Amino acid sequence: MIFTSLFETAWHALVTHRMRSFLTMLGMVIGVAAVILMLAIGQGAQAMVRSSIESMGSNLFIIMSGATTSGGARVAGGMAPTLTFSDADAIRGLGDIVAAAPVSPGTAQLIYGGLNWNTSVYGTTPDYAVVRDWPMESGGFFSEADVRSGARVVVIGAVVARELFGDEDPIGKIIRIRQAPFEVIGVLAAKGQSLDGRDQDDTVIVPITSAQQKIFSSSMRNRARLVMAQAVSDKRMEAAESGINELLRNRHRISAGQDDDFTVRNLTALAETAASTTRIMSLLLGAIAAISLVVGGIGIMNIMLVSVTERTREIGIRMAIGARRRDVLWQFLIEALTLSLIGCAIGLALGIGGAWLVGNLAGLPVAVTPASVLMAVGVSFLIGVFFGFYPARSAAGLDPIEALRAQ
Amino acid sequence: MATPGKPLIEVVNLEKDYPTGAGVFQALRGVSLSIATGEFVAIMGASGSGKSTFMNLLGCLDRPTRGSYHLDGMDVSRMSSDQLAALRNREIGFVFQGFNLLPKLTSLDNVALPLMYAGMGRQARRQQAQAVLERVGLGERSHHTPLQLSGGQQQRVAIARAMATRPRIIFADEPTGNLDSETSHQVMGLFSQLNRDEGITLVLVTHEADIAAYARRRIRFQDGRVVEDVPQKAVTA
Repeated sequence: MIFTSLFETAWHALVTHRMRSFLTMLGMVIGVAAVILMLAIGQGAQAMVRSSIESMGSNLFIIMSGATTSGGARVAGGMAPTLTFSDADAIRGLGDIVAAAPVSPGTAQLIYGGLNWNTSVYGTTPDYAVVRDWPMESGGFFSEADVRSGARVVVIGAVVARELFGDEDPIGKIIRIRQAPFEVIGVLAAKGQSLDGRDQDDTVIVPITSAQQKIFSSSMRNRARLVMAQAVSDKRMEAAESGINELLRNRHRISAGQDDDFTVRNLTALAETAASTTRIMSLLLGAIAAISLVVGGIGIMNIMLVSVTERTREIGIRMAIGARRRDVLWQFLIEALTLSLIGCAIGLALGIGGAWLVGNLAGLPVAVTPASVLMAVGVSFLIGVFFGFYPARSAAGLDPIEALRAQ
Repeated sequence: MATPGKPLIEVVNLEKDYPTGAGVFQALRGVSLSIATGEFVAIMGASGSGKSTFMNLLGCLDRPTRGSYHLDGMDVSRMSSDQLAALRNREIGFVFQGFNLLPKLTSLDNVALPLMYAGMGRQARRQQAQAVLERVGLGERSHHTPLQLSGGQQQRVAIARAMATRPRIIFADEPTGNLDSETSHQVMGLFSQLNRDEGITLVLVTHEADIAAYARRRIRFQDGRVVEDVPQKAVTA
């Protein structure tokens, strides 16, 4: 028998029972749409995490002043920083470390002309740009000399440039940071959101000495709340971490058994944890959606079984006029397949449309990948074959005489 | 066409048992007869006499328990179900009491259905189906569905379907059972014409004497055996 005839027969049967075909398909439609949408959301989240990790800088350590715990109890915040500029220099001297920058963070009001903007201010050294792997959009970063002299120069993030200057070129302009005038010497390239959801571009960076003298008026000169350091490679991360620990315990004269007065965090490891968390989340979402796809397949099997029972006489007639068992098998199998694949096509359209809506209206990151579309089509095909086969086989196994006698 | 001298249908000691709750029911208890090409045979008998079982065996819908059945020299009792399906498709046509048309298909598509299983392309089979419908006088009704046709017209569509693959034999099981007397005679007239003009071998099961009278040979069944097998002068349509 010719294959196109089989499709013609299947199509005719489905069109004849339009409402029933539609309802049977609905399970597949919802299943496929759910899978596509859930995978789009999951993969969008993964893509976002991946780009956040890339924007953070690679092989990164943050060394924080103060211990997170002391003798089992959490240490109160707000105590004086224990890390010094020379600690940062010593860390940079370690063989496994490429760059290390002391960082004094804070927030301040910026004023330029009639505009003002509240943002985070980082006092640091030129190493910061290396550690964060942060290129310039225009202008340049400040120098070691600027740090030594406490120069009133500032490098601004993309958001600050936009909010204060708009289309104007910020380079060479004077802005006030807590009343102190600073000259803008560079604009940082945009990085986007960080892992914790903050906008990394909403920031200004000044020499750490200038920050402490002119902005924060800190009494703790030559001390920093944080040191950020970059290891030479991801393979040297562990060696670098123990190197930093040993160095700081020596420099801070911490004897064995005593608690550290600093905390070393491996940011890359934290980022990987976040990445694997989102991966698991997207797998879970996909798995839940896949269950509805299987339920859709069972719906098809259910209706196909009813249909075989209802059409027993038709099967008998077809056999009497020369249909072989395999012709009847194919007829019902192709009917099930057509149902599942049309359901899949509608589900794809709905899922992709839904992902677009979620992306544009809810603002969530979504990504419909060709792989997830291919997977949905493949799974629908398999479901059609798997759940169509049993009803088709029971139709093909009918005895023609018995079937002809059926009402 | 059939080899001269050799019968188209030849059955020897045909037996068919059906298992029942109370043991084995012997529907046929040794039937031997032959039918030549071009014959018009009426098979009669009360219900339970074995005539329907006999028809199912001759129509290759079923296989005998014992005995042999040769159709055009081929041993049917040893064929696979696929081979039987091919035989039903090409050599045999069926006409049933209840017409057994597919209600959602047009007359044309119903008649074209056996041609689809014969592997013919869509265009070719629609053309051939149209020609056969014209042969039974329903060329104008090819796009009507069975529900839009009268009983007599439906039965003529069924006859057209039985003829579609140009089979050698048509088996008609109580073909006038659902028709009024006038329509019955029209349908029987069509059968006689096909038998006379196209040489199609006809085997007709009926319990009505005036319908059986169209045939030129009458075989009567009783308790699974042939009790009468006589030639008769046929009524001419």
